[in-house]
Amino acid sequence: MNIEEYKSITKKILPKTMTFKKLFLSFFVGGLMGVLAQLLIEFYSSFEEISMTEASSLMMVTFILISSLLTGLCVFDKLVTKFGAGLIVPITGFSHSTTSSALEYKKEGLVNGIGSNIFKLSGTVILYGIISAYVVAIIKIIIGG
Amino acid sequence: MTIYFDNIYLGKNSVVAGPYINNGPLKGHFDAIYNDFYDGENTFEDCEIKEAIKCINILINKYKDINIDIFLSTDLINQLVISNFVANNIKIPYMGVYNACATFVEEIILGSSLLNNKNINNVLCLTSAHNLTAERQYRNPIEYGGPKPEYATFTVSAATSFILTKEREDIKVESCTIGKVYDYGIKDSFDMGSAMASSAVLTLIKHLEDTKRDPNYYDLILTGDLGKYGKEIFKTMFYKEKGIELNNYNDSGVLVYDMNDKEVLAGGSGPSCLPSYYFSKIYNMMKDKKIKKVLLLATGALLNTTSVNQKKSIPSICHAVSLEAL
Repeated sequence: MNIEEYKSITKKILPKTMTFKKLFLSFFVGGLMGVLAQLLIEFYSSFEEISMTEASSLMMVTFILISSLLTGLCVFDKLVTKFGAGLIVPITGFSHSTTSSALEYKKEGLVNGIGSNIFKLSGTVILYGIISAYVVAIIKIIIGG
Repeated sequence: MTIYFDNIYLGKNSVVAGPYINNGPLKGHFDAIYNDFYDGENTFEDCEIKEAIKCINILINKYKDINIDIFLSTDLINQLVISNFVANNIKIPYMGVYNACATFVEEIILGSSLLNNKNINNVLCLTSAHNLTAERQYRNPIEYGGPKPEYATFTVSAATSFILTKEREDIKVESCTIGKVYDYGIKDSFDMGSAMASSAVLTLIKHLEDTKRDPNYYDLILTGDLGKYGKEIFKTMFYKEKGIELNNYNDSGVLVYDMNDKEVLAGGSGPSCLPSYYFSKIYNMMKDKKIKKVLLLATGALLNTTSVNQKKSIPSICHAVSLEAL
């Protein structure tokens, strides 16, 4: 049996990973996170001494805190497994992956464990986040002057 | 490569089963169980070492007096570190062996071959696996909940040990076929069933050709850890190659867990999957003479995280051993 023939057998037998239900759940939960974020911004900015920019930073910090705490309580991984990209793409995913790495390497010490591995999963987000910010800023300077 | 053995027997065994498997269809068939992944230890690795040592002690206590000449051991953790620490504890001349999840049968083959030496009378073999040490090794941090596809398998947490001996026992190691490594270009490290099914089929065909046997010669043909989908791929490929439908075939990956539990996905895997099912179920059926001839096909996916990240495909291996009740 050649490789092509074998792959056609496996393709027929393996279940599809992308289903409409999963896509819809991720889309719905992701949208819900956006709504929650907006509500939080509205709430924080309703205080006189908090500006709109500060309010959105506070919203992010709140999301990071909650998802990090829920990761430590062994709840968030179950939610992420269920809702997929709906929770991974927002800042909750960044917080979840950072906290889970920190927990994972705790036993290997502060430097060789947590220090070297805390951004194991979320390092990608940091690196490419910074690079894309540069690219967008350069484009803005060229076009907008 | 098929070898026949004379006067090599499968002695006593012991299985210490961890979470998930100890609540499945094999519940009550184990020598000891543990219910949480730490079991009082500080790390998952320490827990795995503790259960492996417990498993060996239970086994040795089943004998009044036994002189073990060699200890063969396997696990899934880097450089066989679990086995090394167990060997450091029990102080028996030791060899670490690794063929991933195919190592159970590899140990039977190596142990039986060593027993052909007249100075060696008893060989102790151990397979150890722990779901969370394996997750850490091969995948993401444990608390990270990235979704897994339905065809992924779930490592069986269990330590199994057994004795191979020249003293006459009820079950004989009759023959074995040492497999070649095959690669059908599967690159998804979650899809080990597809990566390994081809090796299982090709080793089975080689075994049947070498021994000039028909699949129905065996009362049961049991693969190691292909899982729900790998099992179907195995049957389909065998049918396409030989034109025979296997009706005496099953896969231990789908038999060790309660498959209604969504968390176990496509079923069990790991070096302890096949031996924990074999020793807690089939072994006793063979002793009671309910079935006589069994062919075990242990399958292993030969990957590591570096090879996966470098986008290499997953080669696989399968060794076969034929066991007969006397």
